[in-house]
Amino acid sequence: MSVAMLLAVIGVLALTGFVLSRQRALASAGGNSRALHSLPNYYGWNGAIWVLVPALAGLSLWLIVQPMVVESRISADLPAALVADDSARALTMADVRRVAGGLDQAVAQGAMSEAKAREMSTGAVDVRAVLANVGVALGSNVSPEVLSAAQDYRAMTAWGAAARTILILVLAVAGLFWGVSRAQQDYRARIAVERVVLGILALASSIAVFTTFGIIWSMASETYDFFTKYPIQDFFFSLTWSPNFRGNSDLGMIPLLWGTLYISAVSLLVAVPIGLFTAIYLAEYASKPVRNWVKPLIEIIAGIPTVVFGIFALVTVGPALRDWFAEPLGLGNSGSSVMTAGIVIGILNVPFISSLSDDIINAVPQSLRDGSYGLGATKSETVRQVILPAALRGIVGAVLMAASRAIGETMIVVMGAGAAAQLSLNPFDALTTMTVKIVGQLTGDTDFASPETLVAFALGMTLFVITLGLNVFALYIVWKYKEQYE
Amino acid sequence: MTDLAALETAPSPRATPGQSIYVTSPEMKRRNAAETRFRAYGLVAIAVSLTMLAIMLFTILRDGSSTFFQAKLSFPVELSEKVLDPKGNRDPAEMAKVTTIGYAKVLASALLAELERQGIDLGELSDKEAAELISKDAPGGLRAMVLDNPALIGTTIDATVLAGGRIDGYLKGRVTMESAQLDSNISPEQLQLADRLRTAGILSSGWNWGFFTNPDASDQRPEAAGLGVALIGSAYLMALVALMCIPVGVAASIYLEEFAPKNRWTDAIEVNISNLAAVPSIVFGILGLAIFINFAGFPQSSSFVGALVISLMTLPTIIIATRAAICAVPPSIRDAALGVGASKMQTVFHNVLPLAMPGILTGTILGLATALGETAPLLLIGMVAFVDNYPGLPLEGVLDPATALPVQVYSWASRSDPAFIERSNGAIIVLLVFLVVMNVAAIWLRRRFERRW
Repeated sequence: MSVAMLLAVIGVLALTGFVLSRQRALASAGGNSRALHSLPNYYGWNGAIWVLVPALAGLSLWLIVQPMVVESRISADLPAALVADDSARALTMADVRRVAGGLDQAVAQGAMSEAKAREMSTGAVDVRAVLANVGVALGSNVSPEVLSAAQDYRAMTAWGAAARTILILVLAVAGLFWGVSRAQQDYRARIAVERVVLGILALASSIAVFTTFGIIWSMASETYDFFTKYPIQDFFFSLTWSPNFRGNSDLGMIPLLWGTLYISAVSLLVAVPIGLFTAIYLAEYASKPVRNWVKPLIEIIAGIPTVVFGIFALVTVGPALRDWFAEPLGLGNSGSSVMTAGIVIGILNVPFISSLSDDIINAVPQSLRDGSYGLGATKSETVRQVILPAALRGIVGAVLMAASRAIGETMIVVMGAGAAAQLSLNPFDALTTMTVKIVGQLTGDTDFASPETLVAFALGMTLFVITLGLNVFALYIVWKYKEQYE
Repeated sequence: MTDLAALETAPSPRATPGQSIYVTSPEMKRRNAAETRFRAYGLVAIAVSLTMLAIMLFTILRDGSSTFFQAKLSFPVELSEKVLDPKGNRDPAEMAKVTTIGYAKVLASALLAELERQGIDLGELSDKEAAELISKDAPGGLRAMVLDNPALIGTTIDATVLAGGRIDGYLKGRVTMESAQLDSNISPEQLQLADRLRTAGILSSGWNWGFFTNPDASDQRPEAAGLGVALIGSAYLMALVALMCIPVGVAASIYLEEFAPKNRWTDAIEVNISNLAAVPSIVFGILGLAIFINFAGFPQSSSFVGALVISLMTLPTIIIATRAAICAVPPSIRDAALGVGASKMQTVFHNVLPLAMPGILTGTILGLATALGETAPLLLIGMVAFVDNYPGLPLEGVLDPATALPVQVYSWASRSDPAFIERSNGAIIVLLVFLVVMNVAAIWLRRRFERRW
């Protein structure tokens, strides 16, 4: 029975559970719903839950575990030469799955009988030609080992599917009987149902934690893999980055880190003054109508996708900087440069800094301003000598968060910064960043056994640690700051 | 004491005897000038960012609006049976043996015949060069049309076919006589012929529906590239993200806002949510590649994997917005419901949630708008691949290779032909229109249902 069919059956059983439980509870109270502990529908829901929860939990567990078990059994049976290392194993298993899928299709289309698919051998039939006829193209001829592994694979999968159907149906029916049998006048159905709902709510809120675990686990395991294939000190301290897909690459991250930090620094030089002055003007000087118009306009910038800023860098800012500054000054002739990416990321971060600083400036108590004005200070003197020092911690927090965003920004640097991994001080040179190289190494066909691919995970891990560290530190500073005035 | 004495003896700038206090002292002038300057810095800062925004939107509109018009050639085409169905039995399998090259010849000779009929001089161009005005994509379209409807064979139809990308660029002013001289794909003589075709009414510019329906096209034929696959892909993405994010996000917010006990686990959840919102989007792409594609074995480039990744990214945003909306419902509502005997769960689902709904919807729409523009993680899970087949209908179709609007913007921008930059800007305009619609809907919802307690 297919999974969709199984789900439909579970649904029907759940509905049955709902109706039967509700009726049984009402009957036990002699049709008087006021004599029941809970509202009648709660009894119904209780019945449905007893069908749904065990069956669905069992089904998802089975769907996750079965492929893992089948694959490990199959690859254990394959000759050692075909599964010598991880990449060979992955390739062979992909072949096995493809052949098995092809056989399934051949049977489904009627090109061969089930018995023939189970028993044929490479000696008697040209498997590749047969599968090509049903629309499954194979890269090479099928070896006898792979064919027999594929036949085993099909057999085990079919056996698994049958066992799954039986187990899930048993679970669902048992749940149905158990749930209906609980539907009695005194059974506290509402409390039972609410407990399950609460569990679901708690599970949903835990997804954030699972995501973080997923991120860390996915990157940490591949990063570990990478460091078994490439020396860790070379990655962190080597000054050259020159990946070579034939092997023997230099994968030092220093040039990438330098590009990332340089571009982020330029972006902060743009974003911090503009964002801070914008926030000061809006918070302290602007009249209400001006504020109501300008604030949303600035925030439009934050709503524009970064790929649009990338195009802006590529088509407008880059060539303009090249023609007006870099070439007249003799500093280079590249449209993509540190300045291009830095300025555009800076503009992108202006609304971020201005709205955070706006909140922070507004959190400075009015009494400090009043005190300053009372001593005869002008508005700007108050801002510079009273408000900014008072708000300094919070603003530093905002700047750190902006730095973390600049470091992790991808599309603008991919389109505006270039791809040259070098250690250069010239702001009009094309540099590259960690994010650019992650995209570069992971786009297209990836081979999870080569250090050239795995290095992207090490880069991602580094990026994750840096941005997370900056952000946690910034949140801590802002939190301390807010506490100061509460 | 010494300070006081100094104050008494030093001539205070304002206390000059006999001078009115209304006359500004030099000291005060300096301070006022500093005040004016400081104010001006603020205005300059605002002006700089708004000018940049204006320049950006202006260049996008300038470079992109022409995408919505397209140069087309209209001329009668005789679909001769001899060429297109040599056996004459209208058997689709037989007819399919005539390749696009055969159809290209039909189109070329039809165009030349029309030129001759109207007496348009080819100048120094050979017949082949004149036929190059027709897009390389046109024969394929004609072939599909004929194979769909074999009855057309033997008739003469009024065909409207795409003109080549350079001719399109010439009508839009991107290609000029000077640039054509340096271009191996077009010559100034061909452009002059295009001018004559235009006066004769054969070449004209019309609304470009193909941009919204065609799939992507190869490097050589920018004129045929469209957003069809990207629009479907983005629609699938948004639908799936909404389906996955809204229930989970609302459930998580309800738990954290109304039920969560104060303990280490809920603290961990809180910290995680605020930090996940700040994790670079590319990291989510790595997660998707490693877990959903490499470990779980979902198909690469599919909108389903894209939606999973984007959902994980969008979830924190939606949770933060939903919690704010739930928090804004006053405690008196809860107290009243609890007071008449509702359970905590009933209070939340019957009273708090309906009242928080407008706020939740607003936050969700804004979160989805951000998700629509997300690009970087989709690159890693392979949605940047060249896809020229439409993905299938939903449920199965979400596993087919697809691409998305912002990714299409990126992949066109990285091609060499400037005609693709035009397409890229056109795609941005489409993307921005969707974003504006979503934001306006959110603002409208907020205005319409906002309640002051």
